[in-house]
This record gives sequence, C-alpha cells and structure tokens, in this order.
Amino acid sequence: MTDILIGILEQGFIYGILALGVYITYTILDFPDLSVDGTFPMGAAVAAILITGGFNPWLALILAFGAGCLAGLVTGVIHVKCGVRDLLSGIITMTALYSINIHIADGKANLPIFTGDTIFNSGLATMLPEALQPYTVVIISGLLILLCKLLMDWYLNTKSGFLLYAVGDNQQVVTALAKDQGKVKILGLILANGLVALSGAVLCQQQRFFDVSMGPGSIVLGLAAVIIGTNLFKNFGFVKGTTAAIIGAIIYKACYAGAIKLGMEATDMKLITAVLFLAVLLISTGKKKGGKRHA
Amino acid sequence: MLKLKNICKSYNIGTVNETTLFSDFNLQVNKGEFISVIGSNGSGKTTMLNLICGSIPLDSGDILVQDKSIIKLKEYQRSKFIGRVFQDPGKGTCPSMNILQNMAMADNKGKSFNLTAGINKKRISYYQEQLSRLKLGLEDKLYVKVGALSGGQRQAMALLMSTMTPLDFLILDEHTAALDPKTSEIIMELTDELVREKQLTTLMVTHNLRYAVDYGNRLIMMHQGHAILDYDADKKAKTQVEDILGTFNEISIECGN
Repeated sequence: MTDILIGILEQGFIYGILALGVYITYTILDFPDLSVDGTFPMGAAVAAILITGGFNPWLALILAFGAGCLAGLVTGVIHVKCGVRDLLSGIITMTALYSINIHIADGKANLPIFTGDTIFNSGLATMLPEALQPYTVVIISGLLILLCKLLMDWYLNTKSGFLLYAVGDNQQVVTALAKDQGKVKILGLILANGLVALSGAVLCQQQRFFDVSMGPGSIVLGLAAVIIGTNLFKNFGFVKGTTAAIIGAIIYKACYAGAIKLGMEATDMKLITAVLFLAVLLISTGKKKGGKRHA
Repeated sequence: MLKLKNICKSYNIGTVNETTLFSDFNLQVNKGEFISVIGSNGSGKTTMLNLICGSIPLDSGDILVQDKSIIKLKEYQRSKFIGRVFQDPGKGTCPSMNILQNMAMADNKGKSFNLTAGINKKRISYYQEQLSRLKLGLEDKLYVKVGALSGGQRQAMALLMSTMTPLDFLILDEHTAALDPKTSEIIMELTDELVREKQLTTLMVTHNLRYAVDYGNRLIMMHQGHAILDYDADKKAKTQVEDILGTFNEISIECGN
C-alpha cells in the first residue's frame, strides 16, 4: 500500500510540473496550447540524449527547459506574428516536434538510458541518509516541484507576472498600459512550454528512457490536473492556483493508479486518460447547471 | 496639438457594401480643450476615435500630435500618450485581478514591467486616497476582485486607471452609455473633476445631449463624416440643449433613427 502511495506521489510530483505549465497557458493566458504534446517528449528526448552522452543530469534538465522554451517561442510567434489561430499554432508545433524529437533522440523513437547518472542516482541523491534511500525519487521530485512552484509564485507576483495575468484576463488593458500584448503572450508560452519540457526530462530520468509515444495525451493530463485542482479549491481563496494544479496532478495520478489496480492494462493508458478527463469535466461542470457547459 | 488632416476612411472596400465614412475630414484639437462630440449613428464618431487610437487603419491622410505623424505607431505605442475609456465597463479593468493589482498596474504604465514586486506597498495609501474620491467605498475593498464589482464601479476604476499617469489626450468613447442614470451622473462629474485637475485635453463622444452641452469647452456635431457644427467655448456657454436639438433631430431623422 505504501508503495502505491509513494508511486502516486512520485508520478504526481513529476507530472505536477507539467500541470504548472498547463496552468500558465490554460488558466492564466486562456490559450489552448496543444504544443504541450510535443514539448513534453521533447524534454525527455533532450534529457535522454544528454545523459547517454555523459552530461550532468541537472544540466540536462536546464537544457530541456531551454528546449521547451524555444518550442513555446515557436508556437507564440506562429500565433502572434503570423496570425494563426491559437489552437492551430499549437497543433503545428506539436506535429513538427514529433519528427524533431526523433531527430534529437539520435533518430530513434525509443532511447533507453542504460548507463549514465540521473538526478535520482547521483549527486544530491547519494547524500540522502540510508533510511531515506527508497524514497529518493519522491524526495528529489518533491524538492524540484517545490522549487518550480515557489519560483512561479514569486514570478506571478512581479510586475511582469501581473501583465501575464492581465493578457489572459483582458488584452485591452495590456494595450492601454502601452505594452504589446502579443509579446506578453509569447512570454507566457515560453515559460509554460519550458516547464512542460522540464517535466518530460524529469520523467525520462525516472523511467530511464525516452519514447516518442510519451507525447500524445500530455495536454489532456495537464488539463485534467489543472481542472481538478482549480475546481476542488475554487471556494478556498487562500489556496494558490499553482498549489491547486499540483494537487490536481496527484489526485489524477491516484485515480489512474486505481484504474490500473482494478485490472486495466498499461496499453489502456490513453483510454484511461481520456475517460478520466471526461469524468473530471462532467463532475466539474455538472455543478453549475445552466452555466457554460464547455470547459 | 492633435491634427487630423485629410482623413479618408471607407469600409468594405471593393465590395457592393463599400461605404465611405470620411472623405477629406479635418479636425484640430488644441491643448486644454474638452470637446464633446455628438452625432447620429454611423456619423463617424467612434471611427474617429478608433483612428486616433490606432485600433483601425487609415485609408489616407495623416494624424499629427505636436506636429509629428503618429500613423506609423501601433495602438499600444499610442497608448503611451493616449488614455481611453470605453462604453463597455469591462474593457478598462482586469476582472480576475483585485482592485489593488489593477491600480498597481495602471500606476506602472510607461515604466518597465520587470521582475520587481507587482505591488509597491508604499503606494497603497495613495491608491486608497485616489479610490476614496470615487465615493464608492472601493478604498476598503482593495482585495476584492474587480469582476465582482458593478458596471459603474468598474467604469469609475477604469477612468481612474486611465488617468493615473500623465497623458496628452483622454479619449472617452460613450463612457456613460452603459450605466444607469445616477451612476452615469457620478461618472460624468468625476470625469469633469479629473479633466480639470489634470488639465487633460479630452475628446468625449456621447449620445447624451445634456452632457454634451453641460460639460466641456467645445462642442462638435458630426454627420456623415463631417463636423456640421463646431462651437467654441464662448458660443457653447450660451448654448442650451434646445438650441442643438433641432439640428440633431434633423440629422437623426435623415438616418432613419
């Protein structure tokens, strides 16, 4: 039982970083960013290739974040500068990334990490006392997500963060403040996709492989986490959106583990993801009958 | 100070619905003027404001501010010296942010939106002082989300926010039209107070003839892309609603209103 709980927390923390990214685009920017399905495995591909090449695993995380930022920049430029609709800009980036990810992973659709240090077996991980060794993954991913959350909370309280909120809330206000709302949107997409790729890189180090099929479903998972979290805490003003998104990811992963426990197979993963997401949507929108029924 | 020169603007160019709104329209706005603009629907009032603010492009002509052309500047770049309040009270504020956050953003206009704290605690008392002049009790609701406020309260905030930093022009686009009579009265008085205090050059489009006559120091009536009536301060002071009502009815009937 404890094993299952630890497993849920591990997965919840890792995918929680993805949820933080989706929180930026979905909740703050009000931008349905499908590039996530491409940037998540992109982070994993970058991490896998760097680690098999003998690079420091923490450096691999930073570079994966950077690669995600770049992908977000592309989506943003396609949308803002080329005037392509938000949904389509994400789809374009996502599709292009499918091929690019395989290129990053040295032409392979699946790249295992047989040798090489990961953040879970080197450096910080070796410093943990003996008794905590079995909990290495949950501790390190927990620390990582805490760092991401605190940085994000700090950023969202800066002037630049206010502008990010404002552009999703009311673009006209940003224009009235003499700021280019397109640039603010691009900035938001950069940060969001950076976080998503970081999440993919952490997952890759935990499972010790990159697989191109990691991508599809990431956005659904992220959205489900954010929607569960924000709906759960919508009456608790003091709970920050970032906290809600992370808790949403953990709850989602718990439901998922429950489904596996009930006899579903790993091949049914995407099916479970889709059904769970639908359930989340129905539960969260069912409460406000007569209101907007679309998520 | 602001010059509209030989402005031409048509809609649906190249289609059967092509309509020419402005052909060779000229207007000069002098520093310190508070101009009330009235006119029938489709007379070009809002289009004129949109052209000045850069929300829509010009076909030909030029817009000069202090003898410099601004037509190459994008809308957000013109916002540096133009403040605008819209008819829709929702347009000037961010609903899911609280009053304090909205005020802090407006206070930072023209400066860099960098990584320093979004709210400068030392300024809170100044925001409260500004909010208290609205007499709506908003100074005690700093942490209430703006989306929870009424239309009138939001419009009052929008007005305050758009005039918080130094401006060359204030553009009011039927900014009392969506409010109930009492609230629009309050907003109009606040407008007058702010314009006088900050000596703002103001262009106010309104459908309310009484406001047009009572407030401001110049009156323009527009019809089919022309200023058919232009009263300066002296003439305006002697004008009553009844004096312009006749002309106004004439042009309105012509438009089928």
